[in-house]
Amino acid sequence: MTATTTAPVQEPEKHAAAKQSWWRDDSTEQMRRNLGLVGVLAVLIVIGIITKPELYSDGTWVRNNIFTILELASVIGVVTVGMTFVIIGGGIDLSVGAIIALAGVWSTTLATQDFGPGGMIFCALAVGIGVGVVNGILIAYGRLVAFIATLAMMVAARGLAAQISGKQTQVSTSSFINGLAANDFLGVPVLVYILAAVVAAGWVLLNRTTFGRRTVAVGGNVEAARLAGINVKRHTLLLYALSGLCCGIAAVMLTSQANSAQAAMANLYELDAIAAAIIGGTLLSGGRGTIIGSLLGVLVFSTITNLFAINNLSTEVQNMVKGGIIVAAVLIQQVQFKSLSQFFSKNKITTS
Amino acid sequence: MTEAQAPEPQATEAQEGQVVLRLTDVVKTFPGVRALDGVQLEVRAGEVHCLLGQNGAGKSTLIKVLAGVHRPDEGQIEWLGQDFAPANPQAAMKAGIATIYQELDLVEDLSVAENAFLGHEPKVFGFVRRGYMARHTREILGKLGHAEIPPSRLVRSLPAAGKQVVSMARALSHDARLIIMDEPSAVLAHDEVANLFRIIRGLTAQGIAVIYISHRLEEIREIGDRVTVLKDGRTTAANLPARSTPTRDLVSRMTGRTIEYVFPEPAPAVSGAEELLRVEGLTRSGEFADVSLSVHSGEIVGIAGLVGSGRSELLETIFGARRAEAGTVRMAGKVLRPGSVSAAVRAGLGMAPEERKSQALLLGEPIYRNVTLSTFGDYARVGFTNAGRELAEANRIADQLDLRPRDVRRAVRTLSGGNQQKVVVGRWLLGDTRLLLLDEPTRGVDVGARAELYQVIRDLAAQGVGVLLVSSEVPEVLGMADRVLVMREGRMVHEAPAGQIDEDTVLDLVMAGSLQVEEVTI
Repeated sequence: MTATTTAPVQEPEKHAAAKQSWWRDDSTEQMRRNLGLVGVLAVLIVIGIITKPELYSDGTWVRNNIFTILELASVIGVVTVGMTFVIIGGGIDLSVGAIIALAGVWSTTLATQDFGPGGMIFCALAVGIGVGVVNGILIAYGRLVAFIATLAMMVAARGLAAQISGKQTQVSTSSFINGLAANDFLGVPVLVYILAAVVAAGWVLLNRTTFGRRTVAVGGNVEAARLAGINVKRHTLLLYALSGLCCGIAAVMLTSQANSAQAAMANLYELDAIAAAIIGGTLLSGGRGTIIGSLLGVLVFSTITNLFAINNLSTEVQNMVKGGIIVAAVLIQQVQFKSLSQFFSKNKITTS
Repeated sequence: MTEAQAPEPQATEAQEGQVVLRLTDVVKTFPGVRALDGVQLEVRAGEVHCLLGQNGAGKSTLIKVLAGVHRPDEGQIEWLGQDFAPANPQAAMKAGIATIYQELDLVEDLSVAENAFLGHEPKVFGFVRRGYMARHTREILGKLGHAEIPPSRLVRSLPAAGKQVVSMARALSHDARLIIMDEPSAVLAHDEVANLFRIIRGLTAQGIAVIYISHRLEEIREIGDRVTVLKDGRTTAANLPARSTPTRDLVSRMTGRTIEYVFPEPAPAVSGAEELLRVEGLTRSGEFADVSLSVHSGEIVGIAGLVGSGRSELLETIFGARRAEAGTVRMAGKVLRPGSVSAAVRAGLGMAPEERKSQALLLGEPIYRNVTLSTFGDYARVGFTNAGRELAEANRIADQLDLRPRDVRRAVRTLSGGNQQKVVVGRWLLGDTRLLLLDEPTRGVDVGARAELYQVIRDLAAQGVGVLLVSSEVPEVLGMADRVLVMREGRMVHEAPAGQIDEDTVLDLVMAGSLQVEEVTI
């Protein structure tokens, strides 16, 4: 898989260049942005330490709190990975919350639960992918605007979920699925492993595969991608299917957290996922974005939630702060991109 | 001329024949291009002053300078006897200069009246005086001889000619004293042109000056009073009488370059080369009709034609980016699936489209990823990209094309136009491209990089690649191509070996079909 083994006979320095690319693949700009988000995380933790020093002096509490934050981030994190692909590919998926609800409800019907946890997981993933494919067909081949197609799906899928469940909460009787949220492995919650696996797979998919390259090309310049011979429609379809798959995984995770599923679950997850992707540096118009950035975006949000929880502050205040952070993050990015670079280039001219 | 200091005359009668606009040595430079290089122009009240020049001669820049879009770097513009330096298009409008662009800048979903008064709606306490606006619009439309257009109608529902009338109504709503029309007849059918001329005559009778731009010489003869010819951003002839100046004089002032084109020596003709591309009866309604052509291995075929003659659409259809309504495209004898770019690429076609930035490049991505955009899948193993191989191939291409700067990891955005074009062409040097479609390959490319690109194209041909080249610059087509096709209004009108056709003839064929019959011998 490494570049050096597959490269044909080339001069040695070219090999060196190839190796280097493993490091330099994320552009420095993106790196700086991610470092900025790490800085925000650090500030949030410092605020936590200042406001609740008695909690932070307890080592086990800190360790448990980190896992609490990660668990909080796990479901939305998985959704955000799929969302990041869709947005980089030039689209948007407003139906993720509804897909989770439909997949969760469908996989916890009595009929499905008869097939055991394997059947339930398969059902959730298949429903997720299926709905994603429908989205993709409507957008790629039906030429609907992504915003409208997925908005319609958001309403319709939740309606179907309510229909299937009869508006009842469906309890999951599978101890395996319920155990995903309850159990640890080597001291780390299982949900965190799932998040890590999805993030790692997403990173590889985006940065090391032709699928990822096509995603960037299609989102960055559809016309150029098409004229280079890339099958834009098929790729668009696959992007929404991928987002659906992530929703299916998230549905299993969310079901295990609540030990049940209902049509109202995962409410407004689409907004959380889009917000996380955007503050992670994903360009809403497509063509640019990173998985790591999106993960950091999710972590920033879950850390804020955690910070408010340990300080016993209301969710209302929390939502206001979240809104402010989204605006601030986008403003900072714009400054970074336009004014700041212009400012520096101007200064260069005047000082030299 | 003494009337320059005269105060703004009120009566249009007295103004008849007076100079309203005078440009002296106007210069406008863009990075790498001197778009206007000393333009003189003198327009009188009540005349139709025609601007003539090839593509790239500076007509569009000149219009934009007058319309307040660009500011000239040097030179003087005198408008109604006073120095004129509009800060923005609104200022130019206020001063009485209205511009009707080729792509009409109307808001399709607003009504005729709303469009006519867009940006300067009559208001009372912030409320638009709709009744007054409608009345006034109806009055203006009546003046234009189109009282039948209801002011409340949506512009979207109007035909092209009607939209043009609305544009003119907008100009009149500003009390324009000078109306600039950029190829107004290009979007009109024949009988609509007659109507346009009637409107123009009505305007000039009221003392309004008109600058009329067209490539069709017969129109200039019919409507124009005087002609100013531009070439390479300079005025080569001013104030020629529009009706009596011989066509040959006009054409010769437009041709003959001051910028030298440096073309590499053509390769010796290979006889009996394999036929690569054969296009038969290709048609897309409204774009081009019944086009047939062929390109052989190692041959450069050039298509000359104006913007809007259907050349870009033709190339895109051959490449599968547009679906042909009739006709076939054969590559090495095999019929290509219509409307499929990937089929075309697999068959060995490559295309460098007209709009480099919007159609070919991922500007924020590194050079090497742009170079390998159509081949990265071939280097990949089970779906995993091979960055090492991609970098190696991109480096090879960068060496071959002498890309500057050489670092293939830089974002394409940071490259100059010429080097960006090299990236686009370089993309097709990878893989098995046997036929290259080049649409305006040197647009926005400076002179030095042009020569390099020409050399690259020649080298490719020497290696047996067939090239189909489209350019609106006639010397480029003549200098590069082995065989020249002339396209006008969606049809191939002429075909000749490059050595047997000259610039004047091509220009004449491209501009006005009827003229070459009487005045140019072929």
